[in-house]
Amino acid sequence: MTSAITKNPRAMKSDDGPHNDYSDRAKAERRLGWLLAGPAFIIMLAVTLYPIIQAFFDSLYAFRLTAPDEREFIFLQNYVTILGDPVWWRDLAVTSLITVVTVAVELVLGFALALVMHRALKAVRGWLRTAILVPYGIITVVSAYAWFYAFDISSGYVNSWFDWVPGIDQDLNWFAQASTALPVIMASEIWKTTPFISLLLLAGLAQVPDELTEAAKVDGATWWEQMRKVIIPNMKAAIMVAVLFRALDAFRIFDNVFIMTNGQYGTEVLSLLAYRTSISRLEIGLGSAVSVLLFACVLLISFIAIKVFKVDLSGSTGGKR
Amino acid sequence: MKSTGREKLIWTIISIAVLIYALFPVASIFATSFKAPGDLTNGNFLPTPGLATLDNYEQILVGDAQGLFLSALRNSIGISLIATFIAVVLATLCAYAIARLDFPGKKLILTTALAVSIFPVISIVTPLFNLWRNIGLYDTWLGLIIPYLSLTLPISIWTLAAFFRQIPWELEQAAQVDGATTWQAFRKAIVPLAAPGVFTTAIIAFFIAWNDFVYGISLTSTEAARPVPAALAFFTGASQFESPTGAISAAAIIVTIPVVLLVLLFQRQIVSGLTQGAVKG
Repeated sequence: MTSAITKNPRAMKSDDGPHNDYSDRAKAERRLGWLLAGPAFIIMLAVTLYPIIQAFFDSLYAFRLTAPDEREFIFLQNYVTILGDPVWWRDLAVTSLITVVTVAVELVLGFALALVMHRALKAVRGWLRTAILVPYGIITVVSAYAWFYAFDISSGYVNSWFDWVPGIDQDLNWFAQASTALPVIMASEIWKTTPFISLLLLAGLAQVPDELTEAAKVDGATWWEQMRKVIIPNMKAAIMVAVLFRALDAFRIFDNVFIMTNGQYGTEVLSLLAYRTSISRLEIGLGSAVSVLLFACVLLISFIAIKVFKVDLSGSTGGKR
Repeated sequence: MKSTGREKLIWTIISIAVLIYALFPVASIFATSFKAPGDLTNGNFLPTPGLATLDNYEQILVGDAQGLFLSALRNSIGISLIATFIAVVLATLCAYAIARLDFPGKKLILTTALAVSIFPVISIVTPLFNLWRNIGLYDTWLGLIIPYLSLTLPISIWTLAAFFRQIPWELEQAAQVDGATTWQAFRKAIVPLAAPGVFTTAIIAFFIAWNDFVYGISLTSTEAARPVPAALAFFTGASQFESPTGAISAAAIIVTIPVVLLVLLFQRQIVSGLTQGAVKG
């Protein structure tokens, strides 16, 4: 063992202390490192990597749980079926629309909240944080019901509060068409997840050196100029990471849509399509193919973000350089 | 920052706006939870005075829906706590190694955690659904605890790695110089310093497990393991023609209480945990 290590040229180079002692300690440290980190690492792989490989395998079969004996290898036929079905493209469009709109609104709203928390007087800071954390901690399903009941045609009060707005009256059923249901779904999603993005941005704000803003102030820059020329460029990395995280999260939206419309009237999203296909209709083969395609979309978004927009996750994550 | 009168006024207005933003939907479902069935449809925000009732709470805590709600509550608490506990223990060991020891593969572990945290949950539900049915984990606590680790482990690793990087590790070296082994040094010198970070991470992980819906509705079918969010979606009214609005609202308020309590008590720790995990982690 020892000779194997000393033959390794890299080990030789890094050795500058007493020979055997150093490499033994390094070896022990390495072993301890993997001993401590290994279980978490293996479990993470076991609960995600294994199922997604299994999903890919299942997606190559025509397989219904209701007819297990008719399981048949059909290669990519499931993918052809899905990609040839307008339902997939409609759900992809709805999911993308929700993702783009919620992330855009949350970025602006979250930035405003982050600024408020950053600048707030000490006396109110704790209260503001506490209030903002309530939507963060609340169960998504609870938030979905809160918004649903507020807008619902029978138990809601929104119609009677806003009946002076053109287009809103006592008979408006918000959840009977996509054009009114989607805004409510998006509002509940925005309400629930803006605190998270604002905390990411708050962390970014805290990293902008105070001297820079002070210097800009001395030079007579207006508030807007300080924002645009000093603060935003200096926290670009934090903004990019926040947007990527939220976009990937929004792309998996499921809970609110399930509760409010269950995907009816053209409000179905991709996660719901996967759920409906495999869990409700027990079409394991087809459902697995939807799952794999959804996973591919997430990979594609991450790839584009990292390669095209150069989102530097290692910077945000403090990975060792 | 000087707080002049005008500044105070502006901050009061901003604070009220933020409070309304954050609490209005909660207030809304809170108000609904006290409405009698006949009081639901008049388009008012508050229950009509005199008609306000505790019936909805009674129904889910001691009445007809008791079996449904209380078993779901027990499942949610048990499953979330166990999943949180396992995740935090494993993540503590893992993050300690990452922050403290020199070994190849650190970056691989952190990248894996990141990849797992953006993984679309629904993508692994189908294979788990099928596998769990075959090996008997469908509709059991363990059948939810295992997938919950995919939610709670990555964020725990990130948050704890960030916390652990800030600990003054000289203390550990000092303990080692005094003759303690690596393990003793970890336990005696570092654990007391690391405990607040571990606790904060546990709160964040608990929120995430508590929030789960996809696994909850897909991998359970009865009261044996169904957690609250999934149970809410399957609530039915007292009769087929009566909507369960009031009962769901009351249940929603009850499961929101622990969240609000944790937030009230530990807002500072939660904020620092989330921001550190995000930026420095």
